[in-house]
Amino acid sequence: MATLKELVKKPGILSPGHRLCAGCTAPTLVRQVLMAVDTPVVIGNATGCLEVSTTIFPQTAWRCSWIHNAFENAAATASGVEAAYKSLKRQGKIKDEFRFITFGGDGGTYDIGLQSLSGAMERGHHMLYVCYDNGAYMNTGIQRSSATPRGADTTTSPAGEKVPGKPANRKDLTAIMAAHNIPYVAQVSPSHWNDVVTKVKKALDCGGAAFINAIAPCHRGWRYPIEDGIEMARLAVDTCYWPLFEVVNGEWKLTYKPREKKPLVEFLKPQGRFKHLFAPENEHIIKEMQEQVDRNWEALLKRCGEA
Amino acid sequence: MAEKKALTGNEAVALAMKQIEPDVVAAYPITPQTDIVQYFSNYVADGKVKTEFVTVESEHSAMSATVGAAAGGARAMTATSSQGLALMWEVVYIAASSRLPIVMPVVNRALSGPINIHCDHGDTMGARDSGWIQLYSESVQEAYDNLIQAVRIAEHPDLQLPVMVCQDGFITSHGLENAEILDDETVKRFVGEYKPRFSLLNPAKPVTFGALDLQDYYFEHKRSQSEAMKNAGKVILQVAEEFKKLTGREYGYFEKYMLDDAEVAVVALNSTAGTAKMVVDELRQAGSKVGLLKPRVFRPFPAKELAETLRGLKVVAVMDRADSFNAYGGPLFNEIRSAMYDTPGPKILSYIYGLGGRDIGPADVTKVYDDLLEIKKTGRCDSILNYLGVRE
Ligand SMILES: Cc1ncc(C[n+]2csc(CCOP(=O)(O)OP(=O)(O)O)c2C)c(N)n1
Ligand code: SF4
Repeated sequence: MATLKELVKKPGILSPGHRLCAGCTAPTLVRQVLMAVDTPVVIGNATGCLEVSTTIFPQTAWRCSWIHNAFENAAATASGVEAAYKSLKRQGKIKDEFRFITFGGDGGTYDIGLQSLSGAMERGHHMLYVCYDNGAYMNTGIQRSSATPRGADTTTSPAGEKVPGKPANRKDLTAIMAAHNIPYVAQVSPSHWNDVVTKVKKALDCGGAAFINAIAPCHRGWRYPIEDGIEMARLAVDTCYWPLFEVVNGEWKLTYKPREKKPLVEFLKPQGRFKHLFAPENEHIIKEMQEQVDRNWEALLKRCGEA
Repeated sequence: MAEKKALTGNEAVALAMKQIEPDVVAAYPITPQTDIVQYFSNYVADGKVKTEFVTVESEHSAMSATVGAAAGGARAMTATSSQGLALMWEVVYIAASSRLPIVMPVVNRALSGPINIHCDHGDTMGARDSGWIQLYSESVQEAYDNLIQAVRIAEHPDLQLPVMVCQDGFITSHGLENAEILDDETVKRFVGEYKPRFSLLNPAKPVTFGALDLQDYYFEHKRSQSEAMKNAGKVILQVAEEFKKLTGREYGYFEKYMLDDAEVAVVALNSTAGTAKMVVDELRQAGSKVGLLKPRVFRPFPAKELAETLRGLKVVAVMDRADSFNAYGGPLFNEIRSAMYDTPGPKILSYIYGLGGRDIGPADVTKVYDDLLEIKKTGRCDSILNYLGVRE
């Protein structure tokens, strides 16, 4: 494993001067992912914050080949690029060793892009798909997605007089991807950069389709102080809301175990989107959310042979 | 060496695809295009092509992967029909605006609803403003010939535009006909090696596809897309000229059948033109001066050439195998009438026919010619918009 000092010396593939919000954790995560890349790379990008902010014509923040096609088809598009690579390489028309990484937000991955992602993973294209999960459709103004946690106040699941935020639980996309029986699946957080780089390296070298789900706090949607993005990501991990693990050829392994499992409220409290849950009539929701996290964590420990 | 073979339209198109041997084919089967993908799968399984074949999970992904492959510098193809084309719609536009020279056979079929599997042109007419070149084919031979020419047209440096090659579902796609098939070498030489101008896979020159294009550039990019479409007419004719040298078969914007001295004429796309030719022969024997115009190129629309050709006629019926629901006339009718506006010319009528695979036989076409001859004689026309062969 390289040291952070060595890694930051690598010329960044995502340059400064992109137009994502100050304090957004998505570009931090993307940089961490790209630190693991040692070959030429083609980046695919679904429509969303990362895409619209980094390539406003005639400028681009990407120091590599990059393609955006539409909202829901980033994985299918990358399948095509990878197929072109295979074909041209076989014919001797390309000599370089390429890697393919696709980024999509949770909306473009959990919801509208799920079919295209599932197809690409099933076909086993040699590519890594990274979902940066900020828990809502942020680019269009914070609408709920199937990654939005229960209880969250969003513009399409507003906390109102009768309905206290999003009624349903989030979808467990990482497990769904693991069920595709692809060689590599993992969950990461930008608060644990070393873990991110290690996992991306494994994913890129797994020889087939790989999926990494990354939590990517958004201060606009989550409503916490701008500078606290990485802290939010860390709290998600330490409360076991967002555990770090990997599934290598079907084998589940926990890659980080918090020394002390913090209560979920520590993650919820600083976020404006959960404010209404702290009203007395809604406290039962927090309790139920905690129970859900506990159940998921126990199940994960079992799957990883740790309990 | 060319060789005569009895083939269905789907077989012929799959065979042309094998001979073109694209770097990537990404496809999803849908009736009545299914055979194309199946035949192609066999070529892949038997090692007859070097193509990377991506069996996607939907047509939306088929077009998406084809766009990805073309952006990666590959010669890329897919094929579709009907609902498949409708599902691709969003990405069909992106392929054209990204200036990717994709070639796609489309086997024409009605759109839902109600669900129907048979031939009409509602699918490709629905995609007529997507920025793709559209070629239509009367027969198995033409579907085969158009597909080979399409590669050269799409990849021409002045164009870089995707091309749809249309043929009639079941009528042409499943009907067996004798067609002259070129040998593999000849096709390979004709289409040549593809040298993309930009590719995602050139590490020395990274490129960006699909950037966000705001108020300050979008319009210029769209404008340059129309300019490319304007150039397409010339290129289509150049490629046809070369193809004629190779095969003796002649292709232009449209085919004229007994048109030069005709007084009334029908305009019809794809296989119906074949039926109309037979009717024209019969009516000519009976002494009527009737003719036929069969468009081959619908996008770009050869407005000037069509107007010049049709101006001398007295009455023209434009037959559309698709409705546009404008309560006024079919899509081809609208374009032709508009093209004729500045020319003192014939009376032009719209006939909508054959939706959802409703049979169109010589008797129906004869009825149209009878109407036209009557209008020519009396000067009286009751209705511009007519529905042919439907229970009213
Ligand atoms: C088919 C389609 N539907 C809707 C949109 C509008 N749209 C663009 S980005 C976006 C939201 C993206 O959300 P997400 O994937 O979560 O990424 P984020 O913006 O949070 O980074 C939406 C709804 C679109 N571009 N295409
Ligand atoms: S809205 Fe959120 S996800 Fe989008 S750029 Fe701003 S902080 Fe990042």
